[in-house]
Amino acid sequence: MAEKDNRRVRKKRRLSVLADLYAVLMYTLFYIPVAVMVAFSFNDAKRNYSWEGFTTQWYRKLFSFTNTTLWDALIYSLVIAVLATVISTVVGVLGGIGLKKFEFRTKKFINMMIYVPIIVPEIVLAVAMLIIFITVGIRMGLGTILVGHCTFCIPYAVVTIKGRISGDNETLEEASMDLGANRFQTFVRVTIPSIMPGIVSSAFLCFTLSIDDVVMSNMLAGASQSTLPVLILSLNRTGISGDVNALTTIMICVMVLGLVLQSLVRRLVARRRTAE
Amino acid sequence: MDDNRTPKAQSSDQKKQNDQYGGRWLPEKSSSPARKKSRLPLLAQAGPVSLWMVLFVTLPLLFIIYVSFMTRGTFGGIEYRFSVGSYETIMDPMYFTVILKSFRVAAVTTGLCLLFGYPLAYYIARKPQETASRLIMLLMIPFWTNGMMRLNAWMLFFQVNGPVNYLLTHFGLTEKPVMFLYTDWLVNVGLFTNMLPFAVLPMYSSIEKLQKSLLEASFDLGAGPAKTFLKITLPLTFPGIFSAIILTFIPALGTYTVTDMLGGGKVLYIGNIIKNQFGAIRNWPLGAALSVLLLVITALLIFLYSRFAGLEDMEVV
Repeated sequence: MAEKDNRRVRKKRRLSVLADLYAVLMYTLFYIPVAVMVAFSFNDAKRNYSWEGFTTQWYRKLFSFTNTTLWDALIYSLVIAVLATVISTVVGVLGGIGLKKFEFRTKKFINMMIYVPIIVPEIVLAVAMLIIFITVGIRMGLGTILVGHCTFCIPYAVVTIKGRISGDNETLEEASMDLGANRFQTFVRVTIPSIMPGIVSSAFLCFTLSIDDVVMSNMLAGASQSTLPVLILSLNRTGISGDVNALTTIMICVMVLGLVLQSLVRRLVARRRTAE
Repeated sequence: MDDNRTPKAQSSDQKKQNDQYGGRWLPEKSSSPARKKSRLPLLAQAGPVSLWMVLFVTLPLLFIIYVSFMTRGTFGGIEYRFSVGSYETIMDPMYFTVILKSFRVAAVTTGLCLLFGYPLAYYIARKPQETASRLIMLLMIPFWTNGMMRLNAWMLFFQVNGPVNYLLTHFGLTEKPVMFLYTDWLVNVGLFTNMLPFAVLPMYSSIEKLQKSLLEASFDLGAGPAKTFLKITLPLTFPGIFSAIILTFIPALGTYTVTDMLGGGKVLYIGNIIKNQFGAIRNWPLGAALSVLLLVITALLIFLYSRFAGLEDMEVV
């Protein structure tokens, strides 16, 4: 009996080692492109066709600001991403609350429309917007890209916020109104703070979606300026040089640093709260 | 005490409330001042999003369906004359083979994502809550690197002088370096690695919701691990699997960036053909018709999904 149990335990342990191994393999697959991208930012070759040795020249070249097309594209991307994040978060947060709280006749339809940009291939929506913009006579440029980005960011913001609203919010809001606050005060002082984590994560999501977008930025762009991802797509034909790798390496470092800082702040706040 | 209100007590409450508004009796459905007042927050909150969605989603999609039934202008663009020519062109073997190929590649990508994603989702779901959310975070971090650079990295990884070919030739597995670049195979690698997390996430959350007691009951009743998996786990996590299918198959079918980057313009899928109609070729109605085809496929899949799960249950974030 004991031996049988022993054998079962051993078998289970072997299975769990296999499972760990599988997970490590899958995660390696996800991190291969990141590792390659970072590695080739230190590659001592004019074009990344082969590994030629270690260098930091690409970072030096990047910060000598001689490659203005790269920096211009980054700034353009950042401006669009920030604007898209602000607009989408405002519209999305209001919409998420409204669609959760109120009942109205067209609600089912609007709810369906919100899932369209999430599910339908982006190229379809981009092309549809392109045709209608040209037909109406709108000039392509920053404005049209911004509208495109907001159109796929807003649904994600709405879905994120809707997931964060629970019955508790309603109780709190009623309490606030009972205590004499008006609707606006209640909204600003009670509703918004109670869903703040949801607002932060939806803003973060919108920013990452916007800064990485290619399809909308490509289809709805004017002739003058392209965003960073679109620039990289066009550079790919002739070969991408190491300074692009250097720039994107810095970008991922900033993002991860931001994440670490955010979790540190959250932990600090939680600790202070328990101390109180 | 309040719980045991009789209908009579309620109606007297109603009357009392109505007394506040000038003592007149108001029928329940009429627009009492309180009701009218509550329109403003509704408009302020649900208004912008509704307007945005109608203006930039509904209208463009309706217009693209309309355009797909128009004629191509002599110098590109649209000539507003009814025709089904674009749909006939789609059926032309030249385009139809591309459509079939796109379907095949999207299906292979989806299959691979389910095959490799389900065990990973299961693995994560079995971990304690905190470890699981860390693992999910770890899954998303690579996606903050620039998407184009991530695809470019696969090219560098598989190129003639790249690490894979170095290993292959170094250990004598192949004599000459293998040409991976600009093949359907590499496009498949790119699609698979790009889509996998979006398959793992919905499957993870449906596996996580699965109650352990059901599995224990199944074991207690004498079913083995295989039978329990097939009869309990798989059917109960099916909504997650279907979400994963939708979230991988449809984007894979409509992609053009992955094929542009990894296919080097030599590998053409539906997305590339649509995009090209708005570049040099300028056949807008054809591009519109192909877009409508993608729309119809999407609608079909969503309809199937809605037969056994709500759209709102689809874990997309």
